[in-house]
Amino acid sequence: MPRLLDRLLAASRRKSPWVYCLNAGSCNGCDIEIAACLGPRYDPEQVGTLRQGSPKHADILLVTGPLTLRTLDALRDIWGQIPRPKAVVAIGSCPASGNVFVGSPTVVGALSQVIPVDLYVPGCPPRPQAVLHGCIQAAQLLTEGKTRDQLAVGEDGR
Amino acid sequence: MNELWEFGSALLLWPGLIGGIALAWLFLWIQRKLAARLQGRQGPPFYQPFFDFVKLLGKETVVPGGVNRHLLYALPLVSAVSVVCALSLLPLPGNPMPSLAGNLIVLLYLLEMPALCEVLAGYSSRSLYGQVGSAREAILWLGYNLPFLAAVVSLAIKAKSLTLADLAAAPLGPVHFAAAAAFLFALPARLKRNPFSIPNAEQEIVAGPFTEYSGAPLAFFELSHGLELLALVSLFTVLFLPSASHPGLRLLLYALGSTVLVGLITLLATATARLTLRHAFRFYWSWGAGAAIVALMIAGIW
Repeated sequence: MPRLLDRLLAASRRKSPWVYCLNAGSCNGCDIEIAACLGPRYDPEQVGTLRQGSPKHADILLVTGPLTLRTLDALRDIWGQIPRPKAVVAIGSCPASGNVFVGSPTVVGALSQVIPVDLYVPGCPPRPQAVLHGCIQAAQLLTEGKTRDQLAVGEDGR
Repeated sequence: MNELWEFGSALLLWPGLIGGIALAWLFLWIQRKLAARLQGRQGPPFYQPFFDFVKLLGKETVVPGGVNRHLLYALPLVSAVSVVCALSLLPLPGNPMPSLAGNLIVLLYLLEMPALCEVLAGYSSRSLYGQVGSAREAILWLGYNLPFLAAVVSLAIKAKSLTLADLAAAPLGPVHFAAAAAFLFALPARLKRNPFSIPNAEQEIVAGPFTEYSGAPLAFFELSHGLELLALVSLFTVLFLPSASHPGLRLLLYALGSTVLVGLITLLATATARLTLRHAFRFYWSWGAGAAIVALMIAGIW
């Protein structure tokens, strides 16, 4: 019986990944693609994905932008507010490498220095299909208990 | 013993806990699916509200600093349990509970509990957005309850009874039309759907009173919202649809009436944008009050 409940919970994590979008100093290109991804054409609600306004309701954090100094504290704060288990998906080239902003005095650097990143969706900006694919794969990681935060915390991530 | 069984099965099986929750999830799904289809999307599969609920149960519950932990868990539970009790009082087809004299008053009190719990949840969560949402909910409450209560009270005056079974059995008359108008005016605001989604306005105040809620308490608030939808739609079918004598026909009438009403609420919500609190309040104290006065006058004079 407990095994059955665990499997039900795992399945529900795959089928209901709610996302929270955070712009960490992005040029808005990736945000527009995320908006396109959340729109009718790609309709992520088919796979249960909903955009949430409060980080406390979210499972997946979508981060865009090269992580500027001014957004650093907000990023840490919001990541901390998301209840476990949680996944982080870096959207676009900026959070992965800094992209064209690398070396700027106002840019911190790679996102993975600050919070554990599970998936990178490459592109400048990435296509909406790729963003949706990233969400689905992050939900799969949550189901398997293999997000970096779940592995770091050790147990189920609760 | 027999009576205990009747009360128990009404509370736990149908139309209470198990049947009520299943139907509430179905109605929540119909809302989401229909809204998606109207917006040219595919929409979620039918099991979506169930998996959302299970996932939220399995998530960590963050207790904000300075918030009473017991209150955080108690409010959504009280809200959901009150609506389950309200559902079990409704004379729906197949409800085994014997009719109690004066159960209309109990029903009205129980139906106010979700709104009360939501207001308290927002104020106690120490979130600015939660407090703004709660204040809006409390003000809107004064607006929509005028036509809602007048609709129910005018029917009670007409039927000269405070028992739901008598109200359901009363022959349809002119008072029912005025009361139905008042009831339908109040419905979208009670359910916090567009154009009256003012207390939980997503793009303005994050998630309103539920901003600080996560995990199991949030799951129970979502469940309570679905149950409230079911209870109000069922109450409409009980009060305003003609009561058929054949049980199969009653069930068909109930299923059809409630589904159509959920569809109409969704249609209105998809087609409209959000009003401001001022406009919503003015609507309820002009059109809503007008319908309320007409319903009460017809009930008193006719």
